[in-house]
Amino acid sequence: MPPLTRWFVKFALVYLVAALLLAVAMQWPGATIRVPWLAVVWPTYLHLLVVGWLTQLIFGVAFWLFPRHSAARPRGYEWLGWTSFVLLNVGLLVRVLAEPRAALGHHGGLLLPCSAAAQLLAGVAFVANLWPRVRER
Amino acid sequence: MPRLTVWMVRTALLHLLLGFTAGALLLAQRGMPLHPAIPRLRPAHAELLLIGWTVQLAMGVAFWILPRFRPGPERGDERPAWAAWVLLNLGVLTAAVGAAAFDSGTAIVVGRSAEALAAVAFARHAWPRVKPFG
Repeated sequence: MPPLTRWFVKFALVYLVAALLLAVAMQWPGATIRVPWLAVVWPTYLHLLVVGWLTQLIFGVAFWLFPRHSAARPRGYEWLGWTSFVLLNVGLLVRVLAEPRAALGHHGGLLLPCSAAAQLLAGVAFVANLWPRVRER
Repeated sequence: MPRLTVWMVRTALLHLLLGFTAGALLLAQRGMPLHPAIPRLRPAHAELLLIGWTVQLAMGVAFWILPRFRPGPERGDERPAWAAWVLLNLGVLTAAVGAAAFDSGTAIVVGRSAEALAAVAFARHAWPRVKPFG
């Protein structure tokens, strides 16, 4: 398993645990009264699960197991894979911090647009690296 | 990688890009108003990523790696799997465009019906391949 896949999969596991703990917290009796941001954190929870866990796991396993790009560069341009990993996680973490604050009426400036741009660029980098590896034998 | 897997995975990657773009616009809009029509992208964002990306990628990889048959065509009858690819993508695009551009409940029902038929067709193909290797 290449190093980048290990990073993707370990981060995916952390997000899975975080998302499911957050799901417990959201439903804990009286929690939303004591911690108001738990009442507005549903979209954040959903994206921790589908971006942090599911998408990140797919990115990591696809980088590992898809057909080789070439003998010299079996997994394509690895820097694109690392770019995707960094941008996806920075974007998601910024979202986790900024989204509940915005939902509670605090103006977060450009944090959410920056998070959006980072995650979109992560997707572009991933597709750019994987696309040439998706081919018939 | 068989031809249908190439088509399914590449189409899934295109849906990933479209879905991420819609998602980025939706998220950015919450911090910096861009256009009043952007919230209408929400159903398309979910359709593109849940069905167009995740489900289609799983179908493509399953078609590639499920056990094959020794005598005869190694992946069995491929026609239902090709039908699944066509129906799934027509369904996702109909539902996504119908919701985002026309706010049409009918388009969503038609699109999701095509997606359900795609699931039936893919199950029809994959069912006999869920067996021991060899």
